[in-house]
Amino acid sequence: MENRVTEEPTPEAAVTERAERSANADVLLDLRNISLSFGGVKALSNISFDILTGEIRAIIGPNGAGKSSMLNVINGFYHPQEGEIWFDGKLRGPMKPYQIARQGIARTFQNIALFRGMSTLDNLMTGRITHMHAGIFWQALWKGRAEREELAHRERVERIIDFLEIQSIRKTPVGRLPYGLQKRVELGRALAADSKLLLLDEPMAGMNIEEKEDMCRFILDVHDQFGTTIALIEHDMSVVMDIADRVVVLDYGKKIGDGYPDEIRSNQDVIDAYLGVAHD
Amino acid sequence: MFYREAGDFKTSYVDDQQTFPIRFDRWGVRVLLLVAFLVVPFLINDYWEKSILIPFLVWSLAALGLNILTGYCGLVSLGTGGFMAVGAYASYKIMTAFPEVNIFFVILLSGGVTALVGILFGLPSLRIKGFYLAVATLAAQFFLIWLFNKAPWFYNYSASGQITVPERSVFGIVVTGPEAASWATYLFCLVFVVLFAFVARNLTRGRLGRSWMAIRDMDIAAEIIGVPPLQAKLSAFAVSSFYIGLAGALFFSVYLGAIEPTEAFNIDKSFLVLFMIIIGGLGSIFGSFVGAAFMVLLPVLFKNIMVGGFGWPTDMVQHFIFVLVGGLIMFFLIVEPHGLAQLWRVTKEKLRLWPFPH
Repeated sequence: MENRVTEEPTPEAAVTERAERSANADVLLDLRNISLSFGGVKALSNISFDILTGEIRAIIGPNGAGKSSMLNVINGFYHPQEGEIWFDGKLRGPMKPYQIARQGIARTFQNIALFRGMSTLDNLMTGRITHMHAGIFWQALWKGRAEREELAHRERVERIIDFLEIQSIRKTPVGRLPYGLQKRVELGRALAADSKLLLLDEPMAGMNIEEKEDMCRFILDVHDQFGTTIALIEHDMSVVMDIADRVVVLDYGKKIGDGYPDEIRSNQDVIDAYLGVAHD
Repeated sequence: MFYREAGDFKTSYVDDQQTFPIRFDRWGVRVLLLVAFLVVPFLINDYWEKSILIPFLVWSLAALGLNILTGYCGLVSLGTGGFMAVGAYASYKIMTAFPEVNIFFVILLSGGVTALVGILFGLPSLRIKGFYLAVATLAAQFFLIWLFNKAPWFYNYSASGQITVPERSVFGIVVTGPEAASWATYLFCLVFVVLFAFVARNLTRGRLGRSWMAIRDMDIAAEIIGVPPLQAKLSAFAVSSFYIGLAGALFFSVYLGAIEPTEAFNIDKSFLVLFMIIIGGLGSIFGSFVGAAFMVLLPVLFKNIMVGGFGWPTDMVQHFIFVLVGGLIMFFLIVEPHGLAQLWRVTKEKLRLWPFPH
């Protein structure tokens, strides 16, 4: 990728540009008063925030704040007891996770959830499964529709393989890959879905500084090149403040902050949540 | 040295995703198929047909079916014997009710009927997995065999409770019943096995196969990235049962000719097929064949060596074979827990690098 090394605009210009972009953008996902509880435990209480088309939205918070539960609500793995989810201008009814995937939400997982028995290529091709439709008889026959479809999607997947620089492990079973590469393949699988909204659950967890930098670059490149809207959970504050357009902060299942990175940095509640407050 | 892909460049994705990417393999398979179709029919005799080739082909087909379910989709089934019985009884009922239907289509239809029964018994798989599912499919095994024993409709109210295959022919050549020639029954089975081996390969390399493997490897992630679990699991049950139904229909109509369900399709058969795929290699088409060969051919080989070669008494040999085959199963599983197919894969990788170690 020749435009990997993009020249950075000055930080101020970048901030205003991002602010303008989000001011003009439409709301892609709107969460209204979401409450989720497991028995007596309230995982999320009355949380509302939105994600605009084309932005990078970070969800942060201390351990157990409900970040992953939030993502699980967004892609339909958990069903909140209260609240409305509006995606792409439509109110979401009761839906199965795979139907939500078909609507255009893809995700990666905190603990890698790749299909370990399959090759990198097959993992990425599985990511495109929502776009493949050849029926069972065509697939049994292979020649004709199934093969044409397979080739078309192979081409798309190969572009992602190039983009993520994982050509050499195309045919390696992913179980054999090191951790950092597995994370990258997982990002690839989510990208392959060509989704409207990409959810990344701690894409940089457990990585060293170089791998983190690579991953940041990939996320920013994905955002620039494909224009994908991204919601990510991350613990590394410096990363979040650098790449996110807007940040929402959760603590104990409640929203304690929402805004641009600079606002969040100076928000007293957020600082308290992260550093702890002295109780008299 | 000759076994490598160096110089065999792939310039298109079609070439890259072909079934046998290495030229040597391609030629090997072509030669094997030519020999199987054009040479073996002229050499075959009754012994080779009845004790070696037909059992091998039929069990390969059953192993292929179970491998789709267990190896590709990760759902363990112990109902194979029951599903084979469904195939057998379906073919019998169709043959007797519609005598004008060609036997080729009878076998296919029997597979279809078994697929429907398979879907029915696959429904619990949506809720339970692993050993619990194995126990649930055990219910299929016992229920189906019980049904075929108890409901006289299935064996057309015959006094013995047995079913006997009527004579049927393809292109004027008799393939079922006592009059069928060895080469005819062999070719008839071979056509099914080769055809459906390729179908299995095509199904497993495309969308459907990937959705099965995704469910096998990580079912929650699979659902979240867009694989409908209901569809994936039930289609695996359907396709798998279809194959097992074909095998059961061929087993009855071409191989045995007359059966009685408790004897022919008991729980031992379910285990036999399960062992075949575990030894051959889960999630491998080639492994299904190797596993079937291992379980079917090895005892015959030992018997020939010991009875024919050493002149030992038959009953002693019979027991000794159990010990020997059991020992070999353990040996191979310790050497390579992923089955003979994996052993072969490792050998191939070594061969490609030979004479260099790395």
